[in-house]
Amino acid sequence: MSLRRIPISAWIGIILTLMFVFAAVFAPWVAPFPNTQIVGGVWEPSSSTHLLGTDNLGRDLLSRLIYGARTTILIAALATALSFSLGSILGFTAAVMGGWVDMVLSRFVDMLMAIPTLIFALVVLSVLPSTLVVLVCVMGVLDATRVYRLARAVAVDINVMDYVEAARLRGEGHLWVIFREILPNALTPLVAELGLRFIFQILLLSALSFLGLGIQPPEADWGSMVKENKDGIVFGVGAALLPAAAIALLAISVNLVADWILNRTTDLKGGRGG
Amino acid sequence: MAEPTALLDVRDLKIGATVYAPGEPPEDITIVHGVSFTLEKGRVLGLIGESGAGKSTIGLASMAYGRGGVRITGGEVYLNGRDILKVGPRGLRRLRSNEVAYVAQSAAASFNPALKLMDQVVEAVLAHGKSGRRAVEARARELFAKLKLPNPDTFGDRYPHQVSGGQLQRAMTAMALACKPDLIVFDEPTTALDVTTQIGVLAAIKDAIRDEGVAALYITHDLAVVAQVSDEIMVLRHGRMVEHGDTRQIIEAPREDYTRALVSVREIEHEAKQPGDAPVLAARKIGAAYSGSLKVLHDVSVEVYPGQTIAVVGESGSGKSTLARVITGLLPPSEGRIEFAGRTLSPALSGRSKDDLRELQMVYQMADVAMNPRQTVAQIIGRPLEFYFGLKGAEKRQRIAELLDEIEMGKGFADRYPAELSGGQKQRVCIARALAAKPKLIICDEVTSALDPLIADGILKLLLDLQKVEGVAYLFITHDLATVKAIADSIAVMHQGKVVRYGPKDQVLSPPFDAYTEMLLASVPEMHLGWLEQAIERTRMKPAGH
Repeated sequence: MSLRRIPISAWIGIILTLMFVFAAVFAPWVAPFPNTQIVGGVWEPSSSTHLLGTDNLGRDLLSRLIYGARTTILIAALATALSFSLGSILGFTAAVMGGWVDMVLSRFVDMLMAIPTLIFALVVLSVLPSTLVVLVCVMGVLDATRVYRLARAVAVDINVMDYVEAARLRGEGHLWVIFREILPNALTPLVAELGLRFIFQILLLSALSFLGLGIQPPEADWGSMVKENKDGIVFGVGAALLPAAAIALLAISVNLVADWILNRTTDLKGGRGG
Repeated sequence: MAEPTALLDVRDLKIGATVYAPGEPPEDITIVHGVSFTLEKGRVLGLIGESGAGKSTIGLASMAYGRGGVRITGGEVYLNGRDILKVGPRGLRRLRSNEVAYVAQSAAASFNPALKLMDQVVEAVLAHGKSGRRAVEARARELFAKLKLPNPDTFGDRYPHQVSGGQLQRAMTAMALACKPDLIVFDEPTTALDVTTQIGVLAAIKDAIRDEGVAALYITHDLAVVAQVSDEIMVLRHGRMVEHGDTRQIIEAPREDYTRALVSVREIEHEAKQPGDAPVLAARKIGAAYSGSLKVLHDVSVEVYPGQTIAVVGESGSGKSTLARVITGLLPPSEGRIEFAGRTLSPALSGRSKDDLRELQMVYQMADVAMNPRQTVAQIIGRPLEFYFGLKGAEKRQRIAELLDEIEMGKGFADRYPAELSGGQKQRVCIARALAAKPKLIICDEVTSALDPLIADGILKLLLDLQKVEGVAYLFITHDLATVKAIADSIAVMHQGKVVRYGPKDQVLSPPFDAYTEMLLASVPEMHLGWLEQAIERTRMKPAGH
């Protein structure tokens, strides 16, 4: 596939996403000031030393944003990875094994989904310490329920294909059927979904941090930055809007990429039968 | 250019389409390369060719219509003296169903399941405002009677799901005739029907065309069928005309090699072998049911001898595919047992040993979905080698190359994906996958019915050759009696879950017949003129029966 065939919207998405990732990975080198150091007055407006001004404690806002990108993207990425591995493997297993395995797994997932995600996460996190591992696990497991349902639906369709039946008649085990027959054919819809789920993870993490149960100060993350600076809005200081804008921009750019992958998936579906 | 006098005059028609292959730039291809023909009032022209020959595309183009992505790129189509490619959308709306109507292949998919048949049959006429509802309904009832539909006066009050496939196809013909068009395009109207249903529909369509005096384009891939209904035949291949002539000339004295091949299709000579002593597979008094209650097999017993072929014949719903599922272990039987190579097989798949599984292989009807689209040919054929015999590396590659040679494809295909193969090649790869396991018996479930006649012929010949070399037995499930005659040693005829006739081929295919076998045999279209009339006469079938 040539690069020329990637539509302009996808290019915008790819470039912006790469910029975010670059800033996150190389935060200590990219950021002009350290993350938690107080370098100026409270809520200074933007100037040549502080491009985006300072926050409620006088820390450099641009540096906080860049370090925040690091935490936000890392945790969201880990949680997405967890939710996808867990959700798709369990979803495929349920589709392939059927019977009571499917029943138990699906009803358990239904039960988890019956409780609003944010509230469930709040309850769990108010009991457990808000460390990185706990956050990733809670977010990953809760989101895996959505991935499970998609993976199961896709796999149920594939499971009735003759080539899966042929594999069964050959005497192949469940592992072969799941990883060699179903996974390669279910991958494209799942990858397209990956982008969307990643965004939902960022939103969930930001919401948790805003409510004070996510990333703990003085570490920066976009949700907690909105929280720290929200009082400034009353005084006409827009510092809280910047991390919010960053969330929106990342969401849009990842979505542009996801949309493009989704379109390509539909192409593949059309070509699969031929 | 001369003023067109014929009803339909197609001149140098060129049709193109854009293909959007994944991962490649869009490509413009030509589907029809300049086809010309004329059709006089009241005549029937058969368009015949294999899939991809452009016959449906030409049929639709004579209504100035192209399916998604298809464009008419050149030529003229004159209907009643004016070029319908130039009349514009309004002109077309007046024209369609007034002057030209269409009968699609799948009537079941063409009717709206939420509306009564009568409402759909009269819809187009009323939309054109030619006459009042009462008059149109009377006309529809008259057509129902002419098409020999049961209870023509009340037939229109039913919903599509309440009538059979054959009846729906007739209702669709009535819909086309209701507007009194000058031309009807029939697009494979009987292809999806069972042979015993097809014969009635065919007769009804033929009578209706004659009585109404309409002209028709009859599109099909079955030369024997088109020979019964058409006055002229045009043979198409790859979007070009191969031969166009009188029906009698095409059938009895074809000029082109390709036409000759089409006419002589399924004339494989096969001497039936006598049953041996010990059967490789014996199904004893099998009974089977889906979801516990719905019984689909009753007391079925068949035997297959080593190196021989048994054909299991029947219409859709006769239980023949269920029998295959029982033998393979996908559906454990409720009664009876299966003996295979001298041992009793476990009823369920999970209880069978690796050797049981290896020696009993299966080839599917739809080769498209029988192969994982994400695996190469080498991976597909190589897996049984690895799984059953533990072959690896060079040894495995060597064996894959041998198998590809056996199916007459060559090792150049090893790294291709299924999507890069033609229909016939796909089926060959499936056969190679089954052979790779060195089976004693291969179950072939309608392996040729999704293929064009010439390709299917090639597959059947390959199977026969392989049988000679490998000594493998086949259990051949089919609804096509021509296939059966070509390859079977013994035959089991199934009807409503029971074996109604069973024995060596010659015995099953010679009189005295039971009623069902006789009807089945009489329904198979034969490649000579006047077969339809004779068949109707012979069997005195009630065409309304299905």
